[in-house]
Amino acid sequence: MNIDSIQNGIVIDHITAGKGMKLYELLNLDELDCSVAIIKNVTSKKMGKKDIIKVDADIPVNIDVIGYIDPGATVNIIKNGIRAEKMNIQMPAILTNVIKCKNPRCITTTEQELDHVFKLADKENKVYRCVYCETKEERVI
Amino acid sequence: MRSVIDVLDLSTTELDELIGVANDIIDHPENYREVCKYKKLATLFFEPSTRTRMSFEAAMYELGGQVISMSSAGASSAAKGESVADTAKTVSCYADIIAMRHPKEGAALVAARAAKIPVINAGDGGHCHPTQTLADLLTIYREKGSFSNLTIGLCGDLKFGRTVHSLINAMSRYDNNKFVLISPEELKVPSYVKRDVLKAKRIPYIQTTDLLGAMPDLDILYMTRVQRERFFNEEDYLRLKDSYILTPEKLKNAKSDLSIMHPLPRVNEISVAIDDDPRACYFKQVLNGKYMRMALILKLLKEADRL
Repeated sequence: MNIDSIQNGIVIDHITAGKGMKLYELLNLDELDCSVAIIKNVTSKKMGKKDIIKVDADIPVNIDVIGYIDPGATVNIIKNGIRAEKMNIQMPAILTNVIKCKNPRCITTTEQELDHVFKLADKENKVYRCVYCETKEERVI
Repeated sequence: MRSVIDVLDLSTTELDELIGVANDIIDHPENYREVCKYKKLATLFFEPSTRTRMSFEAAMYELGGQVISMSSAGASSAAKGESVADTAKTVSCYADIIAMRHPKEGAALVAARAAKIPVINAGDGGHCHPTQTLADLLTIYREKGSFSNLTIGLCGDLKFGRTVHSLINAMSRYDNNKFVLISPEELKVPSYVKRDVLKAKRIPYIQTTDLLGAMPDLDILYMTRVQRERFFNEEDYLRLKDSYILTPEKLKNAKSDLSIMHPLPRVNEISVAIDDDPRACYFKQVLNGKYMRMALILKLLKEADRL
């Protein structure tokens, strides 16, 4: 299967197979006018299978979203057809407005203007907690 | 701006300092009668409270300060849809420090981030109630002389009781304590508290449903209420409710220097016959709560350069 290489844009590589669509959603890539390719279940020597996302435009990407969904992914910035930068992703210490607190007793349910902020409470088990009520996030993937 | 939302916002050194000040207030109240003269505490209580509100008000008056408050949440701008942040910013223009209770979890943090003055969390839903824990800690210190080498029994509703979780957290920071967690199966301490606090810090604990069996080992017995609405069925409630009512008979095998504590209000979980027992500390907790609130108000006003 051939996907054209891009001249200026972003390639999110080494996505754990199955997480590409969730990243596409949370990064709001459906709102873009440019070409966006999601390639699922690509054969990978290192991972067995992986997903890849290619965005044919130089747009800002919310690295925190990628770090939350799949910290093993890599982000490559492509300029003039070559890789200008490779970013290794880490789980963000603070996650702002990526996920919402589901605790009905949390202040975020009544104060509509408040940012939904989660902090990384347990890196080993990938647990984020709401900074307001400390409720554990319900993992979206 | 320094605020106190959770008791863990205070280091053990700061807790020691607060306990030192509270003890000094108890010994020399005359030295504190005017220290907060011309300073104002705003009590923002968005849900009903009798004891906590009165305790804060009494604390500020005994420091020589004044108290301003809204008559009720229904009569405030909150009823018109004002945000907690805006309320906190507004009240910052009138007062020097805020004590706030709100039914939503995290509301005190929102207020603290917006306010220009220190905010003390006086209870945010089922989340935190740090000044209750401060009252508990001063009581333990005054009764036992230290925070270490204690076997602490917690009895009743250990699942939903925020004071229980805070006390476990606070006492886990001291050496050589043991916990005996006494509750019906339905109301056991949540697994995250056991995992994140007790197991993480390798603190010995046992879980049991048997209050009588646990009694002889305890240095402290912290009672909480088992509420009917927490049970899935009425049968279980009726079967268990009397097991967790403390009566003089149940204290027969208890240590002579046991300290019996309760965050109050009680309904029937401690028999009034125990009130005159020298081991009963729950009304001392109420008084100690006022002294710790005085110490905390002083500390935060000093840190905010308002004293």
